[in-house]
Amino acid sequence: MRKFVLNYLIPRIGQYFLVIFLGVTLTFIIPRLSPSDPVERQVSQLMMSGSHVSPEAIIAMREALTEMYGLSGSLWEQYLAFWGRLLKGDLGPSLSSFPTPVTQLLATAMPWTFGLLMTSIIISWIVGNILGALASYYEKNVAIQIVDVVSQAVRPIPYYIMALVLLAVFAYWIPIFPFSGAYPPGTRVEFSLSFILTVIRHSLLPLFSLVLIGIGGWFIGMKSLTSNIISEDYVVYAENAGLPKNRILSQYIIRNAMLPQITGLALQIGLIFSGALIMEVVFGYPGMGTLTFQAVMANDYTLIMGITLLSIVGVATIVLILDFIYPLFDPRVRIQ
Amino acid sequence: MLTVIRDLLKYDGRFRVAFVFLLLTLILAALSLFSPYAPNRTFLVPQDMPPSLQHPFGTNSRGQDLLWWMAFAVRNSLILGIITAIVSRIIAIFVGLVAGYRGGGIDRLLMSFNDSFVVLPVLPILILLSFLLQGQLSLVALALLLGLFGWPWDARLIRAQVLSLKERSFTRTAVYSGTPPLKLTLREHLPFVLPVVFATTINNMLWAIGMEVTLSVLGLSDVTVPTIGTTIFWANQHQALVAGVWWWLAAPIIVAVVLFLGLYLLFSSVNEFIDPRTRLRRIGA
Amino acid sequence: MPLLQIEDLRAYYRTEVYGISRSVRAVDGVSMELYNNEIYGIAGESSCGKTTLIKVISGTLKPPLRVESGRVHYDFGAFEVDMLTIDPEELRQTVRWKEISYVMQGSMSVLNPVRKIIRTFEDIVRTHQGIPNKKLFLEQTQEHVRRLGLPPDVLNLYPHQLSGGMRQRVAIALATVFHPSLIIADEPTTALDVVVQRGVLQMLKDIQAESQNTVLLVTHDLAVHANVADRVGIMYAGRIVEEAPTQIIFNAPRHPYTEHLIRSLPTIGDKSVKASLGGAPPNLANPPSGCRFHPRCPLAMDRCRTETPEMITLSHHHRVACHLVTEAEA
Repeated sequence: MRKFVLNYLIPRIGQYFLVIFLGVTLTFIIPRLSPSDPVERQVSQLMMSGSHVSPEAIIAMREALTEMYGLSGSLWEQYLAFWGRLLKGDLGPSLSSFPTPVTQLLATAMPWTFGLLMTSIIISWIVGNILGALASYYEKNVAIQIVDVVSQAVRPIPYYIMALVLLAVFAYWIPIFPFSGAYPPGTRVEFSLSFILTVIRHSLLPLFSLVLIGIGGWFIGMKSLTSNIISEDYVVYAENAGLPKNRILSQYIIRNAMLPQITGLALQIGLIFSGALIMEVVFGYPGMGTLTFQAVMANDYTLIMGITLLSIVGVATIVLILDFIYPLFDPRVRIQ
Repeated sequence: MLTVIRDLLKYDGRFRVAFVFLLLTLILAALSLFSPYAPNRTFLVPQDMPPSLQHPFGTNSRGQDLLWWMAFAVRNSLILGIITAIVSRIIAIFVGLVAGYRGGGIDRLLMSFNDSFVVLPVLPILILLSFLLQGQLSLVALALLLGLFGWPWDARLIRAQVLSLKERSFTRTAVYSGTPPLKLTLREHLPFVLPVVFATTINNMLWAIGMEVTLSVLGLSDVTVPTIGTTIFWANQHQALVAGVWWWLAAPIIVAVVLFLGLYLLFSSVNEFIDPRTRLRRIGA
Repeated sequence: MPLLQIEDLRAYYRTEVYGISRSVRAVDGVSMELYNNEIYGIAGESSCGKTTLIKVISGTLKPPLRVESGRVHYDFGAFEVDMLTIDPEELRQTVRWKEISYVMQGSMSVLNPVRKIIRTFEDIVRTHQGIPNKKLFLEQTQEHVRRLGLPPDVLNLYPHQLSGGMRQRVAIALATVFHPSLIIADEPTTALDVVVQRGVLQMLKDIQAESQNTVLLVTHDLAVHANVADRVGIMYAGRIVEEAPTQIIFNAPRHPYTEHLIRSLPTIGDKSVKASLGGAPPNLANPPSGCRFHPRCPLAMDRCRTETPEMITLSHHHRVACHLVTEAEA
C-alpha cells in the first residue's frame, strides 16, 4: 500500500499540479509576448466604435483595464497577482457582456460541454473497444469488416470537416435533425420531460459526430492491441483449456487490452476536448466551444483567457481521475 | 526504396489508395504553379457558377475559380504541414533521444514535461495565442507555432523505441566490444528509429493541417492566404450553404478528405510495414 | 491398445507475406505411440519441431500451421478420438482438459495477469464440469492445491505476486484438476533454477505415479529425461530419429546424433573436453536431402545424402532411423 502511494499516486498528483502550473504560466506569458498592448487595443476599439468619450473617461478606463489585466508592477509581481486572483476564483469581468463575471458565463456553458463530452467519450470508448476486440477475434465477419473500413475512413478526418459533412447531410440534405442549438430559441430552460427531450433531439447530431470519430479511433487502437494480446501466453492457454470464446474475449482479451486504452484515453482527452469545442461551434451548441467562438468574434479577451484556464484545469482533472481509476483494473499497479 | 514502394503497391490495398489519393493531391498542388490568376485577386471570373467543364470546381461569390484557388490552398496546407512536421520532429527527436539514452533523472524530468504537454488542451491555448496575434499570424508563423506544440506524442514514441533498442542483445554486444556510442547510435539504432520518425511525421502533418482548418474557420489566421481552412472560412462568411453555392464547401471538403485519407492510409500502411512482427514474417524468420 | 497412435504425421507452416510464400516443414513424417501409465520424453534442439508436434497432438494448432497428412488417434478407453478430424466444439467439450491437458512452454505467463489465481480455476472448472455449489468448489480446489503441496492461500493472489516456481506449480495444479489421461508438459522447467526444477519435476512424477496416467514431457534438457522419463524419443529436424526406454537410450544409443547428445552430457569427475557438433540445425524451410542429419554427421556415407533412412525396430522397443544401423543389423 505504501509502495502504491509512493510509486503511483504521488507522482500522478505531482503531474497534475505540473500540468496546471505549466498551463497557467503559459496563459500568463502568451499575452505578454504579443506585440500589441491589449489595453491600448481595447481603448482604441472603444474609440473607433464612434461613441463620444471624454479624455478623462479614457484615462479612467485605461487604469481600470490595466488593473484588470494585471499589468501593473514588475513581471514577477504580475505573475504572483495572477495566481492570487486565480486561486480566489476571480477571472475578471467579461468585456463583451460587461460587467458579468467570466466565471458566471463559464458556469452556464460548462455543464453543456461536460455532458456532451462525457456522454460521447463513454459511448465511443465502450463501443469502440468492444468492436475492436471482436475485430481481431472474428476477422472474417462482414459486419466487422465494414466497421473496419468505415473507421479507417473516418478516423483521419478533422473534427471540423466531419461536423460540416454530417450537418450538410443530416440537417440540410436529409433534414431529420435540427440545424443548430441545444433547444429552439425562446424555449424556457426548465427541468421538464419535454425540455429534456428537446435537448436530446438537438444534441444527437453533435453527439453522433463525436461518437462516430471516437469509435473509429478506439476501434483501430483496440484492434491492434488485441491482435497482439491474442498471441499472449495466457490467451493461448485459455484457448487450449477449451474456455468458451466469449469468456476468453471478455475476461482475458478485453480485460487486458483495456488497460492501455484507459491510459490512451487519459492521453487523448485534450484532443477529444478540442474536438468537442469545434463540434459545438459547428452545431451552435451552447457550451464552451460556442462561447469561445463568441468571445473571439466580440474580441472578449478576458473571456478567452478564462476559457483557456478552465480547459486546462478541467482536462487535467479528468486525467487525474482516470489515473485514480486505472489501479482498480490493474492489480499489478495496485498491489506491488 | 523503390522496391519497397513496388511491393507495397502490389500487396497492400491501403497503400494503393493512399498512393492514388496523394498523387491527385500533389497534382492539384502542382497546378498552382500554372494558375492564370493570382490567389488573392477577386472578381476575375463570373460569380457563383456551378461546376462545369470550364470551371471544374465551380466559382465562388468572390469571383474566384475554385479549381485554381484550391490548387493554392492545398499547396499551402501541405507546406504548413511539412513545416510543422519538421519543427516538431526536431524537438521530438531531440527530447526522445536524450530521454531514452540518458535515462535516470533527465529522463524523468523530460517525460513529466512531455506528459504535461500531452495532456494540455492545445486548442484553447492556440486560440488565445492566435487571438492575440490576430491578422499578423502568417502561414509560416502558424506552422512554427503548431510545431512548438506538436512534438510530445512523438517524443514519447521515439523514447520508447530507444529504450527497447538499449535492451536488445545486439546493443550489449556492440557496447562490450567497444563500439563508440555515436557509431552505435547512427549505424545500429538509427535504422530502427527512422521508420518511427517517418510514420509520426505523416501523423503530425495530419494534425497540423487539421488544426489550421480549425483556427482558420474561427477567423484566427491570415484569411487572405488560401488554405483548406480559409476556403471554408470564406464560404461561411458568404453563407455558401444558405445561398445554395454548395460547391464552395464541397471543394475544400472533398480535397481535405482525399488529402487526409491519403496521408492516413499511407501512415497505417507504412506503420504495418515497419512493424517488427510483419518485418519478421517478411524476411522469413 | 496404445493411448495415442501417430502415423506418418506431417505438419507445415505456410505463410505468405508481401508475395513471398514459404513453407516450414516443422513436423515431417513422425510415427510414434504413447501408452497408458508412462512418462514419455521428447528431446531435441530448439526448433527441431518439438512444440509443433505437441500442438498437433493436443489439437491446438492454428494457421499458418497446418497438418498436411497423417493420423493422430486417441483411445481413452471409454471412447476414441481422431484428432485430425474431430469437430472443434466436440473436442472442446469432451477432450480438452478432461482427457488431455497442457502445461505450456513459458508457463510463467500463462496466468491472466489481472485476475486472481482462483478465477482461472473457476473458469476451467465451470467450462468442463459446472459449478453448482460455489462453496464446495472452493473447498475442493483448496484441497486439490494442498494435495500438490501448495499453500491454499495462493488461490487468492495475483500471478505477479508468485515466484516462477510457484507459478509453474499452479500451472501443473490447473492441468490436473480433472485427472486427465494425458498431461502434455512443454519445457516445464526451462525457466526455473535447478533447485526449483527438482521440486517441480518431483511434483509431476508424484502426480503420474498417483493417477497412473500418461505424461508427455518435452524438453531439450537430457538430464531431465534421464531422471523422469520411462521412454525417450529423440527428434531432429522434424523427425524422430531414435526412440527407446530411458536406460537403453542413455547406455546404448545407436543414432550418431543421440550418441553425440549423450556424450556431451557432463558426468561427475569427467574432465575431458567435450567435442562440439559442427554446423547448425537445418533450416526446416529447406531441409537437407536424404538423412537430415548427414551434413553434420561424422559417419555420413554416400547413401545418407540421397536416401531417407527407414525407422527400424531393434530389440527392447528400441527404434532408430539410420542407414548405419540398418546395414549393421541386416
